[in-house]
Amino acid sequence: MRATGGPAVAVGDVLLSVENVSLSFGGVKAVSDVSFDIRKGEIRAIIGPNGAGKTSMLNIINGFYHPQKGRIIFKGETRARMRPHDAAYGGIARTFQNVALFRGMTALDNIMAGRTLKMHSNFFWQLLRYGPAMREEVDHRHRVEEIIDFLKIQEIRRVQVGRLPYGLQKRVELGRALAMEPELLLLDEPMAGMNLEEKEDMSRFVLDVNDYYGTTIALIEHDMGVVMDLSDRVVVLDHGIKIADGTPDEVKQSEAVVDAYLGVAH
Amino acid sequence: MAPNVAAGADTFPKLLIRNANIYGARPAMRHKDLGIWQTWTWSQTLNIVRAYAVGLHRLGVKRGETIAIVGGNRPKLYWSVMAAQMLGAIPVPVYADAVADELAYVLAHAEVRFAAVEDQEQVDKILSVVKRVPKLGLMLYDEKRGLRDYDHSRLRSIDEVIKDGRNVLDDTAVAAWLDYEIAASKGTDPSIILYTSGTTGTSKGVVLKNESSIRAAADTVAFDKLTENDVALAYLPLAWVGDHYLNYAQGMVSGFCTACPESPETAMTDLREIGPSFYFAPPRTLEQLLTRVMIRMEDAGFIKRRLFHYFIGVARRYGERILNGESVPPNRRFLYAIGNVLVYGPLKNVLGFSRVRIAYTAGEAVGPDLFSFYRSIGLNLKQLYGQTEAFLYVTAQPDGEIYSDTVGPACPNVDIRIADNGEVQFKSPGMFSGYFKDDAKTAEVMTPDGYVKTGDAGFFDEKTGHLKIIDRTKDVGKLNDGTLFPPKYIENKLKFYPNIREAVALGDKRDFVAVMLNIDLTAVGSWAERNNVIYGSYQELAGHPLVYDMLEKHVSEVNRSLAEDKVMAGAQIKRFLILHKELDPDDGEITRTLKVRRGFIAERYAPLIKALYDGSKEADISTEVTFEDGRKGTISARVKIRDMKTVAAPAMGKAA
Repeated sequence: MRATGGPAVAVGDVLLSVENVSLSFGGVKAVSDVSFDIRKGEIRAIIGPNGAGKTSMLNIINGFYHPQKGRIIFKGETRARMRPHDAAYGGIARTFQNVALFRGMTALDNIMAGRTLKMHSNFFWQLLRYGPAMREEVDHRHRVEEIIDFLKIQEIRRVQVGRLPYGLQKRVELGRALAMEPELLLLDEPMAGMNLEEKEDMSRFVLDVNDYYGTTIALIEHDMGVVMDLSDRVVVLDHGIKIADGTPDEVKQSEAVVDAYLGVAH
Repeated sequence: MAPNVAAGADTFPKLLIRNANIYGARPAMRHKDLGIWQTWTWSQTLNIVRAYAVGLHRLGVKRGETIAIVGGNRPKLYWSVMAAQMLGAIPVPVYADAVADELAYVLAHAEVRFAAVEDQEQVDKILSVVKRVPKLGLMLYDEKRGLRDYDHSRLRSIDEVIKDGRNVLDDTAVAAWLDYEIAASKGTDPSIILYTSGTTGTSKGVVLKNESSIRAAADTVAFDKLTENDVALAYLPLAWVGDHYLNYAQGMVSGFCTACPESPETAMTDLREIGPSFYFAPPRTLEQLLTRVMIRMEDAGFIKRRLFHYFIGVARRYGERILNGESVPPNRRFLYAIGNVLVYGPLKNVLGFSRVRIAYTAGEAVGPDLFSFYRSIGLNLKQLYGQTEAFLYVTAQPDGEIYSDTVGPACPNVDIRIADNGEVQFKSPGMFSGYFKDDAKTAEVMTPDGYVKTGDAGFFDEKTGHLKIIDRTKDVGKLNDGTLFPPKYIENKLKFYPNIREAVALGDKRDFVAVMLNIDLTAVGSWAERNNVIYGSYQELAGHPLVYDMLEKHVSEVNRSLAEDKVMAGAQIKRFLILHKELDPDDGEITRTLKVRRGFIAERYAPLIKALYDGSKEADISTEVTFEDGRKGTISARVKIRDMKTVAAPAMGKAA
């Protein structure tokens, strides 16, 4: 059994900081010399035009990529090179731009999968599904049912996710990330491809997760209306460089941001 | 068996005590929570409701006051109804999906000081109109989610209220006080105010009394032999008379178990899990279920599909007769039994109907095919007719006397008469005592000798003695010779044919009945494909002589069925035409809820209507249409008109 998480971080203090991080693939610079921080309990948005390096940034944060330069400090500890599951043990969960669920499994089983890391009984008991393994499973199921209730997806509990509409698949994916009880939740375009009503629902859930579970959230999103309404602070990337950082209002005023989005007159 | 109800229990709280005494360990209520069915027995329910009532009293609820109940079918809201009644306060359930405006009207009109609500959504809705509800003090909520940061000076959780009550109830003096309060309620006290949904103007509060409600429920419980071993799923709106009667009142009287679904969306799954023995569904729900089954069967493998269609054919021929207890040859019975093992049984299981002993449908006309399908697979589906003012039941079909086009004979102890204008009037044990704060409206619907006017036109079928409802009284017209002309009745008979999508019947203040029809493009289109009829557009298909021939058969069948009732025989269809375009809400011809707008159509299609009555064989028409993108255009056509033969009425000829 591995320890989950380091020292506790108080609300408002820095939970994760990115310091002078650079990442390149061959000659392509995806991220260059970017620094920003994420504070405990906030909703932090990462925005930018196409190819700005947002998803790369998210992949660096959850340990999928290791930056060539700079460092990531999570809960006050500088992070060494690691694998994504180490990040998961550390309390970072994420959802993906293109839904990454087990399509042949039910919504319930998909969310239960999110509890895997929290299963502690040994292989023998799990094989028998008896004794401690059974008690544990009942316990986990209870937590999963709470999430199902929270996301209001009771009616699709037993439905294969491959048969669900896109908006609901996104919701199941959020459920699976929540099942890990993360301290930091990374959402990669949670509202991409949704209609207005689905977006409103999803925004509601993101706010509720932040409020009810106290989860810190970092999200990438293209819909500016959503970003400005949801987030406490916004960092703007363009061609791998940070061009603005601040509250939604500050960012909206920034000339560099306007130029990046609308282009510069020559 | 349900014991003699009248013995002592003239109010719902007294019934609750009786149930806790005689059915104490039996389930009273179930609710699926976090994926698991939770159960409360009658004695647990009594304990909770007693504590809740004391808690409410400590918040200031007084006898005779009203309490709004806003939300879905959840145990805590049913307990709110019970707890209010225990204190002699009057619960006022409101539709959960009512818009804020309607909600404000009802809350203000009922002068509620307290509201028990389901969740944040309802709290928000009430807060948005709180200025219009000046008397409202406290809101009690079931689901705490999202309410943490709200101002709690006007909010309490129902759990807290119950807990608070339970703490004080340990004191024997408090318990004795509560017993006294329960005993002090009389059968003549109002038990609930149900607001009508308001399709005809503003909604009215129908006041029902304890004793009369219990008497009415006792009659139907005996009629359908409901016992404490029955189970019902409460999935229809809490504020609707149907739910309050079928589940709440009948449950209280018979002691059966009411199960609440996990959420409105899961009702179908929950139905299968619970396996109710008493079931109600409006015709539309039954139709959706059947469509779903049929679509899924089309996707099934070859052998399964053949089996299904073969045995459904067997069921259509013998199923209803077996269910009605008529004589069927033993070898056919055997075939049906095999079908039951292979098809009907599994199908009913999937639909959640395996244990249904009694099922009802009501609310609108039910298609004969739809009705007999469910009956043929062995579901004891029956029809009833009723309204809020009657506390639901006016008529119901007894076992063994089931017809798709009647609503049955009068219920036990109900008096029905037909007024001169064809209106159905009734007097029943459960009938209301008046509209809340609206004596003028009450006087409007009550006759001087104490009958209630239903506003529905109907007549008693001579063959069966059952009541037939034909239309709203105000829509029923008369032909020039004085024959009754109920447009909707005729239109519904036509629309039961899958080929006919929409029908408009004309005849008020005219010499005979004529109809304009819309074909159903899917049904007729697939017929055309099978019969090598080539067409390029809706208009071309609608004008095709073979399509006319096919619809002529339908119309003459309708005429034959109209001729069977001597009241209706004079209203047979003499001429018909098929419209060159579909009636469309975008053009204002039908409403968004697909109701025909007669006045508008009469104006728009005036040349066609003129031709129907001046004997022409065809007529030219050009109409403006609105396309989906908002552009306008015109369609012109030459529409043919067919004459129909009418069938002679049996025996006495035309009656007026």
